Amino acid sequence: MPVFYERRQLVTPGDLLAENDYVPGENTHKENGKIYATRVGLVNYEDKRVYVVALKSFYEPLIGDTVIGKVVEVTLGGWVTDIRAPYLAMLRASDALERPFKPQKDDLPSLFDVGDLLIAKIVAYDRTRDPLLTVLERGMGKITRGQIMEITPAKIPRVIGKQGSMVTMIKQETGCQITIGQNGRILISGKSPEDERLAVMAIRKIEQEAHTTGLTDRVTEMLKKEKGNKEVKENVTEETGKTD
Amino acid sequence: MSQKKPEKLIDENDIRLDGRKFNEMRPTKIEVGILANADGSAYIEQGKNKILAAVYGPRETHPKHLALPDRALLRSRYHMAPFSVQERKSPAPSRRELELSKVIRESLEPSIFTEYYPRTSIDLFIEVLQADGGTRCAGITVASVALADAGIPMRDLISACAAGKVEGRLVLDLTDVEDKAGEADMPLAYQPSANAITLLQMDGMLTGEEFEQAVNLAMEGCKQVSQIQKDALRAKYTVAKEGEGEKEETEEGEEE
Repeated sequence: MPVFYERRQLVTPGDLLAENDYVPGENTHKENGKIYATRVGLVNYEDKRVYVVALKSFYEPLIGDTVIGKVVEVTLGGWVTDIRAPYLAMLRASDALERPFKPQKDDLPSLFDVGDLLIAKIVAYDRTRDPLLTVLERGMGKITRGQIMEITPAKIPRVIGKQGSMVTMIKQETGCQITIGQNGRILISGKSPEDERLAVMAIRKIEQEAHTTGLTDRVTEMLKKEKGNKEVKENVTEETGKTD
Repeated sequence: MSQKKPEKLIDENDIRLDGRKFNEMRPTKIEVGILANADGSAYIEQGKNKILAAVYGPRETHPKHLALPDRALLRSRYHMAPFSVQERKSPAPSRRELELSKVIRESLEPSIFTEYYPRTSIDLFIEVLQADGGTRCAGITVASVALADAGIPMRDLISACAAGKVEGRLVLDLTDVEDKAGEADMPLAYQPSANAITLLQMDGMLTGEEFEQAVNLAMEGCKQVSQIQKDALRAKYTVAKEGEGEKEETEEGEEE
């Protein structure tokens, strides 16, 4: 049962990863007892399982995921939203109202209109039907303030960190509220644009250096330094203000 | 690129017009991810050929009635820029371009897991900026890399290369002049892991024996192309790593 690559080595589609006894995991496929990669990524061997951590991917909906979607159409019974997946997601009016939906009385566009951004959860999805969303949970619904950034969905676990360590750290250091959509959209809302800028900077750094170790420490360091610079600048302006 | 046929395409030392040996490919360079707005993209330079490929999707199919219930729809467009050839080419898709769109689509489709994303479409655009023979092969090669860059799951990268007969000799990777003045041209697309041929066309005349030799020659060329494709895909990420100065491991189990 030979293995053809070292752990965490970069592979491309069609690379032969293992033979015979191994079991194909994510981003691999088995043909005639041989396991090949199907995406560009880093290969991993875990007991008998072979899988590839993709370096670039699009979002594949998963039940229970929190996503940030954009309304593209208001229909008679709900909304159609773009969640950056191969499929458009449906949000039915009954999953947005806390009471039964009455078509005569309820005005859907006044609730969410085309172009609105929503924080929602995927409640149903399989390959035969489009994903179905709900906004009837705490912290969900229309986004009214803050800024949105987009990164590749493959890097989202890195932004969250072990048990959310990375995102908690960024929240603490910048004082921003951060909502992460599994589809690669991130909502950042802080007290000042300066705080938001810091958080965006930190997440961009994570995206670029996702494959390196000790990232949390380096991001913390960067944020502390940036904050330091800012304070120095403020002091300088204060002082110059006095002398003038 | 003179349009007149030169007197000799292969000299007495078996060297071709551009200085290559009979089994030598043109110098080939592939760059990955050069279009910001495409989901995946790549650019190839093979000799004087310059071709861009862009991939969008999988995404919602429009118009909806084209969507397939059991797999993704692969749509491709091979197009030559008006300035890509000696004499201005009309930008409207010609009969030839339509045919090439079709054969390129059919040579790539076996490698893609279209069944993973039913009802969606994957749109592929191949734009020839400069042509010098063998653009369908270079188009397939670069399109396959663009598909991989888009993160679309694939069985393998498809590589393509032509072989043909020029002045009685079998040669690899024909240029425009060799194609027009030579006796035969045979483009071939190849899926290395399955050892399968996904495209085989030929015009001109070859004997049965020559045909077999030409297929083997083209397959050897495809294997070289395949290596270039893989190196190009790897290069995109190793450059980023070196820029950081610390290339090593991601922490384990960083998932939520």
